[in-house]
Amino acid sequence: MTAQEVRLCGLLLREHFGEVVEKVGTHLLRSGAQNLRTIIHETGISLDLVKKSLCVLVQHGACVFSSGRKGPGSPTEYQASSDRILRILRYPRYIYTAKTLYGDTGEIIIEELLQRGHMTMSSNVKTVADRLTQNMEEGRSMDYSEVSSAFSNLVETHFLQRCPPLAGLGTTDASTPATPATPANPTTPSFPDCYKVPHMTLIGRGKRQLSSEDGEEQRNAKKAKLDSDTHGDEGIYWQVNFERFHLHFRDQAIISAVANKLDQTSSEIVRTMLRMSEVTTSPTATCTKPLSANEIFRSLPSSYNIPRPILDQYLTLLVDDPMEFVGKAGESGGGMYVVNLHRALANLARATLESVVQERFGSRSARIFRLLLRKRHLEQKQVEDFAMIPAKEAKDMLYTLLSQNLVQLQEIPKTPDYAPSRTFYLYTVNQLPTARMLLQNCYKTVANLIERRLYETKESKRLLEKSQRIEAILASLQASGAEPEQLTEVEEMITAPEKQQLEALRLHINKLDSAENQVDETIFLLESYVNSTATPAS
Amino acid sequence: MAGKGRGVAAFTFNIEALGIGRGSMPEARVGPSPLFPSTDFKPVPLKVGEDEDYMLALKQEMRGTMQRLPHNIKPQSNRAEVERYTERYLKQSQMDDGEWTPDWKLFPKELMPQKKKPRAKAGTKKKTVKLSRKDTDDMLSKLDALAKKGDGNPEKSDDETEKKPGDEDEEEIEGEEYDEEDIEEENDYIESYFDNGEDFAADSDDNMDGEATY
Repeated sequence: MTAQEVRLCGLLLREHFGEVVEKVGTHLLRSGAQNLRTIIHETGISLDLVKKSLCVLVQHGACVFSSGRKGPGSPTEYQASSDRILRILRYPRYIYTAKTLYGDTGEIIIEELLQRGHMTMSSNVKTVADRLTQNMEEGRSMDYSEVSSAFSNLVETHFLQRCPPLAGLGTTDASTPATPATPANPTTPSFPDCYKVPHMTLIGRGKRQLSSEDGEEQRNAKKAKLDSDTHGDEGIYWQVNFERFHLHFRDQAIISAVANKLDQTSSEIVRTMLRMSEVTTSPTATCTKPLSANEIFRSLPSSYNIPRPILDQYLTLLVDDPMEFVGKAGESGGGMYVVNLHRALANLARATLESVVQERFGSRSARIFRLLLRKRHLEQKQVEDFAMIPAKEAKDMLYTLLSQNLVQLQEIPKTPDYAPSRTFYLYTVNQLPTARMLLQNCYKTVANLIERRLYETKESKRLLEKSQRIEAILASLQASGAEPEQLTEVEEMITAPEKQQLEALRLHINKLDSAENQVDETIFLLESYVNSTATPAS
Repeated sequence: MAGKGRGVAAFTFNIEALGIGRGSMPEARVGPSPLFPSTDFKPVPLKVGEDEDYMLALKQEMRGTMQRLPHNIKPQSNRAEVERYTERYLKQSQMDDGEWTPDWKLFPKELMPQKKKPRAKAGTKKKTVKLSRKDTDDMLSKLDALAKKGDGNPEKSDDETEKKPGDEDEEEIEGEEYDEEDIEEENDYIESYFDNGEDFAADSDDNMDGEATY
């Protein structure tokens, strides 16, 4: 965990779970695996609160526990993982994707699951049905079976998965994934039944939540809900399968890149290829399984009406493109084609790096950067010649890039004693370390954005509270049917300059929030690239 | 360093090889770089569109919701005595909304909080039974010691000994349970006494004769 990651995780924990969980979480991130007593001793927080915070962290998958390292008798140890906490940034994107794929029902299922960490299918279905019923017109309610079928669809396409079963802590069962004998691996290994929908008896419709005046009835309704709680799927908890969402985002990124570089039809072809290989490709595969041109032709959406020879031409174009999204793997069946996933990710990351250099240092520096990426190692003189930039400016730009660590210097000695006058000094760009560095910059950026937003909110706290109070007063007045004069009188309690201030504040906060979402897209690309280059642990 | 003197910077190697002339060195730094340096190139404006707006709304909603959920732990949960009374005498259902019990099968047992009112939990543990047996002896000796103090404690200790053997399902650490029992017994009012947060100390003196039952 780098310092930037820990700082960002701390801020995210604070915003969503409160300061106590933040303290416990950052302590765990910094110190590795620890047992309960050590945590209490080192953070100075009371036993009660530490226990609750650990429960919250484990519930959301941010922390795993295992029996201690010293043997079966030692106290359980807790270990937090920053990856899982950083996913919180991406929650809106997950929910939005679920909405585009599975409609409002899917959206709310994913949202509820993300908010609560993990839930049983029955409780999830009930909560979702209630929420959907709230938004429907009077008299209509959402049937549980509809929600259940949406849930099952999500499980079938692997967007949801079961939580891995845990062995009891007394046993030394090393086969369960919860015991981090291996370093904390955020990906849950697939065990049998991972995607099996349990048989559940749940019949009914969503309940509309009654207004708060009817407190008694609400309590009784709640009691009734609690009583009929067993639905045949106790102990089976579901969580969101982030990896599957990431695969989806990756595919989307590749398709939009092809659409930008070539044209819409090529992107449709690539989309078809990716869709056909969804189930046959493993998440860490370098490229999809080979597909023959005949198969692709058959699976193309009919609305596109591409005749066979045109398809062949498009495929040849895609293969010849320097971005190397599609590769040819053989000649049988009219040509076997694969989508090069890792290479596509590397190219997308490279494009991100180039664009960063361009936006920070100008297009001529970007030209030098691209040149170095392509030609690997160049001397000072060669850089000036190839980039066609006057010597003095080229030196200046190279020096700036060097000081920002985007470009490195490689020494090649002619003599064993590294004498400076007899050594070649070559400029070079290493894509992977540079990508990692930019990734850390992104984390720092998001952390800064969050801090700035918290600062802005704190500065105008008084004003925000006042406006909230006035809104509450207005709402209650309207509910109890007040005259317009009373309403305007209350509205005028906020003066015009205060209104302006509030507007400006809202604008700033929206901008900062939106910026966080968009930096997260870059984070996703760079993270996927870095992870794809990691050699798989054997 | 060779060639040091007369304020001229000297290097151990021939700088010409790097292509940087003596004259084109940037000025020496006189301190840390400024915190907000002025940039030549302003950042690209954010993407705007329906998708971005929707995700922005989702993000803000999610933040608000998560801050209201019971997962969000407020640091001042250990309040002073006055507020705890209020908490306890409020209608129980209002407290239920703030509670969240995880499924203990998935969590290590040591994370279970102590309950103020002992509730029957599934699954007994031999360990606690043994503890309670041992405790009875401790309790008896403690009883004798406390009886000498003579301020109502024997009554309290009796309750505790009754509860302990009878309640095999508690997995508490001893000391903390006793503390909570103490505090529970300190007041003389029945559970249904409802007070809305006024000063308990003053009221208790006034109403002691009328309300207290044993």
